[in-house]
Amino acid sequence: MQANQENAVAGGMAEGQEFLTFTLGHEEYGIDILKVQEIRGYDAVTAIANTPAFIKGVINLRGVIVPIVDMRIKFNLGTAEYDQFTVVIILNVARRVVGMVVDGVSDVITLAATQIKPAPEFGASLDTQYIMGLGTVDERMIILADIERLMTSSDMALVEEAAA
Amino acid sequence: MSIDMSQFYQVFFDETAEHLAAMESLLLGLDIESPDLDDLNAIFRAAHSIKGGSGTFGFTDMTAVTHVLETLLDRLRKVELQITDEMVDTFLQAGDVLKAQLDGHQSGGAEVDQQAVDEVCAKLERLARDAAPAGTVAASAAPDQASPHSAEQVYEVRVEYAQDAASTDPQTLLDALGALGRVEMAAGADAAAGKLVMKFATAAGEDEIRDTLAFFVQPEQVSIAPANNAAAQTEDVGYGFFDDVVVPQAAAAEDDGYGFFVEPDAIKSQVEDAQGYGFFEEAASPQPAEVVTNIEIESPARSNGRRTVDDPTVTAAKVGRRDHDKVAVAASSADASSIRVSIEKVDQLINLVGELVITQAMLAQTASGVDPVLYETLLNGMAQLDRNTRDLQESVMSIRMMPISFVFSRFPRVVRDLAGKLGKQVELKTIGEGTELDKGLIEKIADPLTHLVRNSLDHGIELPEKRLAAGKDAKGTITLRASHQGGNIVIEVGDDGAGLNREKILSKALERGLAVGDHMSDQEVWQLIFAPGFSTADVVTDVSGRGVGMDVVKRNIEGMGGRVEIASETGYGSKITIRLPLTLAILDGMSVAVGEEIFILPLTYIVESFQPPQEDVKTVSGQGRVVHVRGEYLPLVALHEAFNMTPKVAEPHRGILVILESDGSKVALFVDGLVGQHQVVIKSLESNFRRVPAVSGATIMGDGKVALILDVAALVRLNRH
Repeated sequence: MQANQENAVAGGMAEGQEFLTFTLGHEEYGIDILKVQEIRGYDAVTAIANTPAFIKGVINLRGVIVPIVDMRIKFNLGTAEYDQFTVVIILNVARRVVGMVVDGVSDVITLAATQIKPAPEFGASLDTQYIMGLGTVDERMIILADIERLMTSSDMALVEEAAA
Repeated sequence: MSIDMSQFYQVFFDETAEHLAAMESLLLGLDIESPDLDDLNAIFRAAHSIKGGSGTFGFTDMTAVTHVLETLLDRLRKVELQITDEMVDTFLQAGDVLKAQLDGHQSGGAEVDQQAVDEVCAKLERLARDAAPAGTVAASAAPDQASPHSAEQVYEVRVEYAQDAASTDPQTLLDALGALGRVEMAAGADAAAGKLVMKFATAAGEDEIRDTLAFFVQPEQVSIAPANNAAAQTEDVGYGFFDDVVVPQAAAAEDDGYGFFVEPDAIKSQVEDAQGYGFFEEAASPQPAEVVTNIEIESPARSNGRRTVDDPTVTAAKVGRRDHDKVAVAASSADASSIRVSIEKVDQLINLVGELVITQAMLAQTASGVDPVLYETLLNGMAQLDRNTRDLQESVMSIRMMPISFVFSRFPRVVRDLAGKLGKQVELKTIGEGTELDKGLIEKIADPLTHLVRNSLDHGIELPEKRLAAGKDAKGTITLRASHQGGNIVIEVGDDGAGLNREKILSKALERGLAVGDHMSDQEVWQLIFAPGFSTADVVTDVSGRGVGMDVVKRNIEGMGGRVEIASETGYGSKITIRLPLTLAILDGMSVAVGEEIFILPLTYIVESFQPPQEDVKTVSGQGRVVHVRGEYLPLVALHEAFNMTPKVAEPHRGILVILESDGSKVALFVDGLVGQHQVVIKSLESNFRRVPAVSGATIMGDGKVALILDVAALVRLNRH
């Protein structure tokens, strides 16, 4: 199934792939839309003891316990305030459901393969190994993140070490 | 067959396992003196279904074993032979061999002990042969012999098969027939042209030959005619009639029967079921028994009428009684029909209902604030919703419930085998087999229960001489009893044996350096047997005595949120009582507050909770705190410290201490306050997150918020470091 999905992504690459873009501070990021389950507001979160500060805790998403990470804290971007405008992107990565808090969701864009440039060795707060490339749309630069790899990495402390 | 059969393997595995289990329980229930013909038939049917299924799926090793098994069973059910204890033992062994083979296929090619297989087969063959009436080999069998089948018949068998059919290998076909009797190739055979003509001398009936051949070729490609043999002539009439008239009628009646009590859709699904077994083309063939045995998974009663078709001595008379059978069929189908659903689907349903219950609770909370006069209909609706959700939740939960007979049914065999080995006479009584509990619990309770039963047998029940000397019946009794008590399932394993020996346990405990004294109550002494490595057996046998076990039993049961109690009376026996929660998915918990968060403590670990007076909380070497409770000093663990939180109260005498006990050690957990007692639905934290130290899971509270369930054992351990 995993392979199929990847094939589909690779196949879609030719005509253009859809990305959900969101902002973190002054940077604009894009993630594969197929990994996004839904977008919702920020609710009361149950804190979990002895976890890194960027793991806000867990929420009840229709009966499923979902961990919430705040990318602003993780990458030191923007200010971590929680109000009715705070947005949580619920992701479906590696058969897990994870929520991430971002500054704001911009839109969904389609990028053709020609619009995606390889990532330089420096740049965003993200380690380059989690960056698939840089996309350009009307003078905007979008950092295309490999969200699945990022979320399952040991950096995020979301999965067991053994599983990572 | 070009269809990929592997997709049906799981069905075959499941059903074969069921057939084997049914066979075993029937065998164990069999009265050797006067075996019930219905039971023998049922055992035969189970073996036959396994044979059919394994043949279809190409598990030839299983086909071979079931075949010899079936041969002997067939003779038994036709009352040609008298069943003996040895036969039952051999049948049980054959069942084990089949199970091993099945497991081998299921796990993907694990090797089966071929020697055991051969031994069992040889034994079965010998039994079938030995007991055969003398002189069967002679063609001049006495015509007045009780059974038409005891004498060998010579048939002329013609088989035509498509040459391109890869599955048909004339040699395997001949081998299979060879297992039934002697085969002689006759003129007119031309293997290359796909035509075989042979003379076949066998004690088996014509229908058996057809059954055997059905594994290799289509039935319409087979023609069987008795060779001109004087003894066979009478038989021929019966068979001719049987084949041409009765069977088609029977099949038709069968169809009517289905239409009579099953919805059209159900027929379809059952037909599909049959197709799943690969009898695609045969569905319409003159072999109703083959198809039928595979459909009738859950309703043995239905088959009684049908199976008579197999019996050549009863023919037309039975057809007339079919209407009567149909009535019986309709009645039995009502309580026996069932469907197979994957457990994930059920769990998803349970999840959704859980959500519905939470939403309903939230709505009810909101609605409680409105003016009851203005919103009377709304409130009535809410009350209705409340009732309906509760009912829905209950019925959905009951889907996962299975009767405990699934576990109990294995014990007759365990007891029989073990009692034989130990030279004891034991009767097993089971009470309350219908008590239902969660499927997850059923799977986990099996091992501990087996251990307890073996223990009772080995240590509890005395040898017959000893029992007689003590004025007891030579035959000991082990009682398994299951019942509901409140929100718990109670399972008791009792025996009328010697009971636990207080002195022996105490002296053994002293040897092992456990803290014991003569002042201990019986209850405390009995609990000693749960200590790791504890055994009172003088000799280590392969049954028990190694001392691994009771501690594992206790740990397993506590892992399920249950408790173990022992009652024993020297000379009169002992009784071990297991109390389990109804389901693994729900936990009785106490919610406690720390700061802004709510935590759940499993109720089974809580001893008591109280607010300590200030002077009872003391520090040890300036840092560790202990609390003085009725002469005991218990370590104090502040939850907010363990979890790095800001509490609302910092002094223990303003908050609440909850005394928790796990693995024999106690701690006092300091929390802000008690919130309430709930039944909570356990949710996994690990499915989307990782393991969190000292947290065993999470649950969703009435307000939709997540609360963490504390792992008390880990909390207690945390304190030790």
